[in-house]
Amino acid sequence: MNRSQRVASSRTLSSVEVKSKFGAEFRRFSLDRSKPGRFDEFYGLLQHVHRIPNVELLVAYADVHGDLLPINNDDNYLRAVKSASPLLRLFLQRKEEADYSTFGTDSLTRKKNTVLSAVLLRPDPNKKKPPVIISLPKDFRPVSSIIDVDILPETHRRVRLYKHGQEKPLGFYIRDGSSVRVTPQGLEKVPGIFISRLVPGGLAESTGLLAVNDEVLEVNGIEVAGKSLDQVTDMMIANSHNLIITVKPANQRNNIVRGGVASGSSGRSSDSGASYHGYSAHAAAASGPTHIIQNFPVGELESDEDDEDLVIEVGGEAEGVGRSASDHSVPSLPRYEPHLNLRSAGSSGSAFSANANGSLRGSSGSLNNANTSSATPSPDRAKERRSLEEEGTVITL
Amino acid sequence: MKRFKRHGHESQRDRLKHELFQFTKTVEHGFPHQPSALGYSPSLQLMAIGTRSGAIKLYGAPGVEFMGLHDENAAVTQVFFMPHQVELVTLLDDNSLHMWTLRGHKGLSELLEIGRFMLTGPPGAPPSVTRVTAVLAHSSGELLLLGTEGGHVFVVEVPGFREMEERNISLDQVTSCVPDDYVGRRNLEHVEALQENPVNSNQVVIGYGRGLMVVWDLERHCAIRHIPATQQLESMWWTEDGGSILSSHSDGSYCSWSLTGEDDGEEEEKSDIPYGNFPCKAITKIVQLPTAAGPPFLLFSGGMPRASYGDRHCVTVIHSKTQVAFDFTSRIIDFFVVTDGPDHTGEPSALVVLVEEELVVIDLQTEGWPVIETPYLVPLHSSAITCSHHVSAIPLKLWERIAAAGSLQNTHYSKKPWPITGGQNLAPDPPQRDLLLTGHEDGTVRFWDASGVCLSPLYKLSTAPVFHADADPNDNMSQSAEGEWPPFRKVGCFDPYSDDPRLGIQKIHLCKYSGYLTVAGTAGQVLMLELNDEAAEQTVEAKVMDLLQGQEGFRWKGHTQLDVREEPVMFPPGFQPFTVVQCQPPAVVTALALHSEWKLVAFGTSHGFGIFDYLQKNKVLIKCTLNPSDQLAMEGPLSRVKSIKKSLRQSFRRIRRSRVSLRKHHISNNTKIQEANARLEAELAEMELAPVQRKIEARSSDDSFTGLVRTLYFADTFLSDSSHNTPSLWAGTNGGGVFAYILSVPPVERRADEPVTAQPAKEIQLMHRAPVVGIVALDGHGVPLPEPLETAHDLARSPEMHGSHHLLVVSEEQFKVFTLPKVSSKTKLKLTAVDGSRVRRVGVAWFVSSKAEDYSEVGLVFLTNQGDVQVLSLPHIKMQVRYPCIRREDVSGIASCVFTKQGQGFYLMSPSEFERFSVSARCLVEPRCLLEAPLHPVSPSQRRPQTEEASSTNSNARDTEDAESAARHVMEHALLNDEKVLQEIQKSLEGDQTSFTENNVKSAVA
Repeated sequence: MNRSQRVASSRTLSSVEVKSKFGAEFRRFSLDRSKPGRFDEFYGLLQHVHRIPNVELLVAYADVHGDLLPINNDDNYLRAVKSASPLLRLFLQRKEEADYSTFGTDSLTRKKNTVLSAVLLRPDPNKKKPPVIISLPKDFRPVSSIIDVDILPETHRRVRLYKHGQEKPLGFYIRDGSSVRVTPQGLEKVPGIFISRLVPGGLAESTGLLAVNDEVLEVNGIEVAGKSLDQVTDMMIANSHNLIITVKPANQRNNIVRGGVASGSSGRSSDSGASYHGYSAHAAAASGPTHIIQNFPVGELESDEDDEDLVIEVGGEAEGVGRSASDHSVPSLPRYEPHLNLRSAGSSGSAFSANANGSLRGSSGSLNNANTSSATPSPDRAKERRSLEEEGTVITL
Repeated sequence: MKRFKRHGHESQRDRLKHELFQFTKTVEHGFPHQPSALGYSPSLQLMAIGTRSGAIKLYGAPGVEFMGLHDENAAVTQVFFMPHQVELVTLLDDNSLHMWTLRGHKGLSELLEIGRFMLTGPPGAPPSVTRVTAVLAHSSGELLLLGTEGGHVFVVEVPGFREMEERNISLDQVTSCVPDDYVGRRNLEHVEALQENPVNSNQVVIGYGRGLMVVWDLERHCAIRHIPATQQLESMWWTEDGGSILSSHSDGSYCSWSLTGEDDGEEEEKSDIPYGNFPCKAITKIVQLPTAAGPPFLLFSGGMPRASYGDRHCVTVIHSKTQVAFDFTSRIIDFFVVTDGPDHTGEPSALVVLVEEELVVIDLQTEGWPVIETPYLVPLHSSAITCSHHVSAIPLKLWERIAAAGSLQNTHYSKKPWPITGGQNLAPDPPQRDLLLTGHEDGTVRFWDASGVCLSPLYKLSTAPVFHADADPNDNMSQSAEGEWPPFRKVGCFDPYSDDPRLGIQKIHLCKYSGYLTVAGTAGQVLMLELNDEAAEQTVEAKVMDLLQGQEGFRWKGHTQLDVREEPVMFPPGFQPFTVVQCQPPAVVTALALHSEWKLVAFGTSHGFGIFDYLQKNKVLIKCTLNPSDQLAMEGPLSRVKSIKKSLRQSFRRIRRSRVSLRKHHISNNTKIQEANARLEAELAEMELAPVQRKIEARSSDDSFTGLVRTLYFADTFLSDSSHNTPSLWAGTNGGGVFAYILSVPPVERRADEPVTAQPAKEIQLMHRAPVVGIVALDGHGVPLPEPLETAHDLARSPEMHGSHHLLVVSEEQFKVFTLPKVSSKTKLKLTAVDGSRVRRVGVAWFVSSKAEDYSEVGLVFLTNQGDVQVLSLPHIKMQVRYPCIRREDVSGIASCVFTKQGQGFYLMSPSEFERFSVSARCLVEPRCLLEAPLHPVSPSQRRPQTEEASSTNSNARDTEDAESAARHVMEHALLNDEKVLQEIQKSLEGDQTSFTENNVKSAVA
C-alpha cells in the first residue's frame, strides 16, 4: 500500500535522483523524469560521470521491491527511471568481472521476491545453496506481458506471449464453448472459444497470465467471434511467434482496477496462490500507462518479425532475409536487441534489405551454424533454462 | 480534393472488379449423388431425377438441364410429370408434395417451385391416415390421387392443391363391397399403387398392399370390379388397350388380370413366377408395352431367386423368345421405357434404368439390345476419383487424336442417337476445347470434354497393364455361359473395387503442345506417356530413384513398389507409356511437374524430390528433404489413420443402408425407423459433444512430414545473376522450405548426347513454416511465366525478360513476393494470421473484362479451407474478391477443386458430381435451354392459361436471347455428408499431436 502511494507521490517530481555506485565510488546526479533519453546516451553518461570511458559496464538498479535488476536497453532503462522512488540506485560492474548471480531471477517466476532479493543483494555463500545460475543480462527477454490496459475494459486482459527464439512450447489448448453476453434484449448465449488446458512448463502456464476456462476474445487484434475453433487455432499458430491473445479471464478477481489510487492489492488480498495475477496487476499499475502498456494496432504487428525467412545461397552463406541469422543465436526479441551488442556486428553486414523495418542484418554464421541455431537452440542453453525453471519452483516453495 | 480523387479511383477500380469478377455456380457435371426417384414425361421428352438431399434435376436433349432444390432437406421419394403439361409433382420423405414448373424467362426456361401441399386428415386421425404412399397424376392434368398408408385415396385439385373431400375414396367405401370370402378383407393395408385406365380416364385401379385391387369409377364414385389377389402387391400396370391389368407381387410372381369379361367375373388370365421353383424376391415394377407387329415387351425389375441371386440388381426384358436379365452395378431406383411415334404410343425404343450409381440406357430396337452411350449423367466415380487436372484451349490436332483414340474404345455402344430429346440447347458453342483429366483409384486416367455444359467422356487410359497386378484382369464374371439361367447380362461401368490401391493416380500433367503426359501414383510410380495413333507393342523401361540417397536409419513400413512387366506389352492407340520412374521408398507422389521443352519431369514424395531426363532416360537430380527425426514419414500412406477413417465410413454406410432398406418398408416398420434414427442421432450427438480441443503450438522443424514436397515448378528465370536467365527448378515443402536448382540444359542439337545437370542455387526457409503450396515466377511485367512450349505456339505469351523477375511463393498461410535473383522479400499478404483461413488450392487465371474484350488482368485464384474462393491481383498481391463457394465441412470437395486458366473451377460436390463454377464475369459455361410447352392433345379449352402464358412468353422473348443470362438458381446440396462428423471423430481419436500434420498431409495427398 505504502509503496504504491509513494510511487504516486514521486510522480509529481520532475527529476530523478540517481545514485550510482561503481566499485567503492559513488556518483550522484539527476535525470529529467519526463525526458530520460535513450539507454545508450545514459550508458555514455555513466561512463562519463564515473570517468571510465572505455570500460564495458554492467548496469543494474534496485527496484521498488529491492530487487537488483539489469539496465541494458531502452525499455528497462525507462522502466527503471519510471519506478525510481524517488532515488534511482545504480550498481555498476565491469563486464568482465561481473557477477551475474547477483541479479534477481526473472521476476515473473519469482514470488517471494523480497526475501530472495535481500539474500541476493548481500550475497552470503552459506545461505545460498546451490547458487542460482542466471543467464546473462543480454539474454533476458520478455516472456509475456499484459498490454493495452488503458484501452481495454477492466474485465478483459490482453496478453502477449513472446514465443520467439525459445524452445519452450506455447503449451495451451483451446476448445469450443458458450458464454453469456449482455445485450439490449437481455442475456444471450453465444458460442465462444475457451482455453481448455495449459501444458505444465509451457509458456502459457509459466506466465501465469492465462488460465483454463478463460474466454478468448481476440487473436492479435482480430475478434474471434463467428470463427470456428479450427480457424482460431490456425490464426493462433500463424501468429505463434508473437501471439497476442485478449481473454476474458474466468477468474475476474485479479483484474486490474484502473483509475483508483491504490490498485494491486485488490487481487492479492485473499489467496496467495493468485499472486501471479497480483504481481502483474501490480506491475502494470506501478509502471504507469506510458511504455509497457502499449497500443497494438494491427499494422504494427505486421511489421514486427515476420521477414525472417532464411535464405541460403549456394556457397553456404546463410542470411536472414529480413534479419541477421545471428539473431537466432541470441534469442532475445529483436525489437530489444540492436541497441546493445549487435550494433557493431550488424553494421558490418552486407546490406540492408528493402523492408527490414530498420533492423539490421548480418552475414555471420555458416550454413550449418545458422541452421542449427534457428532450428534448435543450443542444448546447453536449453538445459540452463530448464534448470532455471527448476530453481524457480524450488524458490517458490 | 485528394480525398475525392482517391474515392473516384476506388470506385473505378470497383467498377472494373465488377466487369472482371463474378461468382456463379454454373452447372453440375456427373451423376447425382444418391438418386431416389425417377420420372419421365413422354410429351416433354424430359426425364426428372430426385435425390436423397432434396434436389430435383431435369434432363432432356444433351445440354438441356434444369435443377431445383427443395427447401426441406428431405429425400425425394416420387416424381411425376403432370401428363401433357410442363408441371411436375414431387413427393418428399416428409410427406410434403411440391409442384414445379418450367417457366420462360428472357428466352430461357427456368425450373421454379410454384406450390406445396401437405395432406391434412380429419382431426385426431393418426398420421398414417395421411401418409402418402402412392400418387397418380391424372391425365386430365387437374387431379392428383393420393393413396395413403391408411388405405384411403384422397383427391386433390392442382395446381392449387385444393382437397376435394367429396371425391375421396375412403377405405370404408371400398371394404363395404369387398366379397366376404376374400381373406384379406379385414385389413387391406396401405395403397400400394394407383393406375389409370389408358383408354378411359374415369377409371382408376387402386392396389392395396394386401393384394386386393379395386377398379374405381371416378365419375360414378363406385367400385366397378374387385381383383382379389392374395399375395403382397408390389406394382400394377394397366395395359395399353385397357383390357387387362398386370400385378407384380412380393413372392416374385406376376399376374395378368383380364377385364374384358362380365362384371366382377375377374379371372386370373396368367400367373407366373419367372425365375421360380425356389423362393424369389419381389418384382418391384412391371411394365408391358405392345408392338405393332408381334408380341409385346414385358419388362420387370427384381424377381430373382432369393438364395442364389438375391444380391443381383436386375431388370428383365422379355420380348418374344428373347429374355435378358440386365444385371446392374447397384440398386435399381426405377426404370421407364421410351417409345417412338408422334403420341409416344409407338414401338418401345429404349429402356432407361436409373440405378443408384449410374444411368443406363438400352437400345431395344437394335439386335442384341446394346447400350446407348449417355451424353450426360456419366458416372465420374465408376472408380473413385483420386485427382483431377484441367487443361484449357487444347490445340485441335491433339484434340482430334485423343478423340480418335477414344472412339476406338467405344465400339460396343449402340449407334442410335440419345432417345431423350426434350428442349432446345441455346448455349453458344464453347469458345475453346477444354479437357478435364481425372485420375482414379484403379489406375485409370479419364479424359473428359469439359468445353460445354455436358461433360462427356473422350478417352480412357489405363496404367495397370504396365504392372503385374495382384489380380488377373480376366477373372471377372464376364463369362456368361450359354444357357445360363437367369440369362444375365452385365451392364454399366460403375466398379468401385480397385484390384490394387497402389495403382491409384495421384498427379497428372499433360503438355497440350507436345502431347506428352505424365502420370504419378500411390506407389511412387511416375509414368511418362506419349500419344501414338497406332497400337504398339513395347517394353516399358523402369528406373528406380532412391530419394533417401542412402540415408541410414530409415525403414519404409508402407506398401511395396509395383512390379513393372519386363516383357513387351501391347498398348492400344492413345497414350502409351515409354518410361516409368519408381521412387524409393515407394511413397505417394505428392508433386509433379513436366517441362516438355527441356524434356524433364520432376516429382516429389514425402521423402524428397527428383528430376528425370526422359529423353536420355537419366536421373538428373535427387534431393532428400526428409527430416532425420521424422519417422512418421516412413509409415506409408497414413495406413493407420486411413484405416480408422475407412472403417468409420463403412460403418456409417452400413447404418445408412439399413435406414434405406427400412424406409422401403415404411408401413409396418415406421416405429423401427424412428428408433433407428433416434439411435443414430444420439450416436452422432454424442460424437459431436465429445470435447474437442486444439493444441496451440508453433510449428517446428521437427514436425512430421516437413519434408513432404508439395509443389514443383520449372521456370526460365534469373536465379544466379540479373543478366542471364537460366532454366531452374523450384520445390516447396510442407515445412515451409523452398529449394531452387539451376539446370543446365544442352542446346537442342546436343540435347540427346550431353547430360542435363542441376546445381543447387538457393534455399529459402519461410519463418512461419507453413506448407508451400504454390510457386510462380513473374516476368518483368509481373505476369506469370508462360508454360513450356507456349511461346513457341503463341508469341504473344513471350515473357518479358527485361526488367526484374519476381518469385511468388504461396504458403498455406501467406503470399510472399521475393525479388530475383537476389532473394529478398518484397511484398506479402498474410491470410491465416488475419482471418484464420488457409490456402488449399491455388491457380493462375486470366480474367477478361465482360465489357471490353481487349482488357484483361492476370490474377491468382485460390480456395481456402473455409471454402471461400478469392482472387489476388498480380504482381501486387492485393485482395480483389472473395466468394463463399464450398461448405467448409466438405473437406473432400475442397481438396478436389481445380481451377482453369479462364477463372472457372471444378470441385467434387459428391463422389460422383463435379460442380462447375466461375469467378470470371466473362467466361461462363452454363446451361441455357428452352422448353416449349407441349400441345395438349385434349380439347384446347382444358388447357390451363398458365401453360399458354408460358409458351407465349417463350416465343416473345426469344429475340432477347442475347440479353444477360438470367440469374441462375444457384444451389448447393444441403446434404450433410458424413465427412464432417468423420473429421471430428478422427481428430479426437488421433489426439492432438497428429491432427495438424494429418490435415496437412491429407490435403497434400489429395
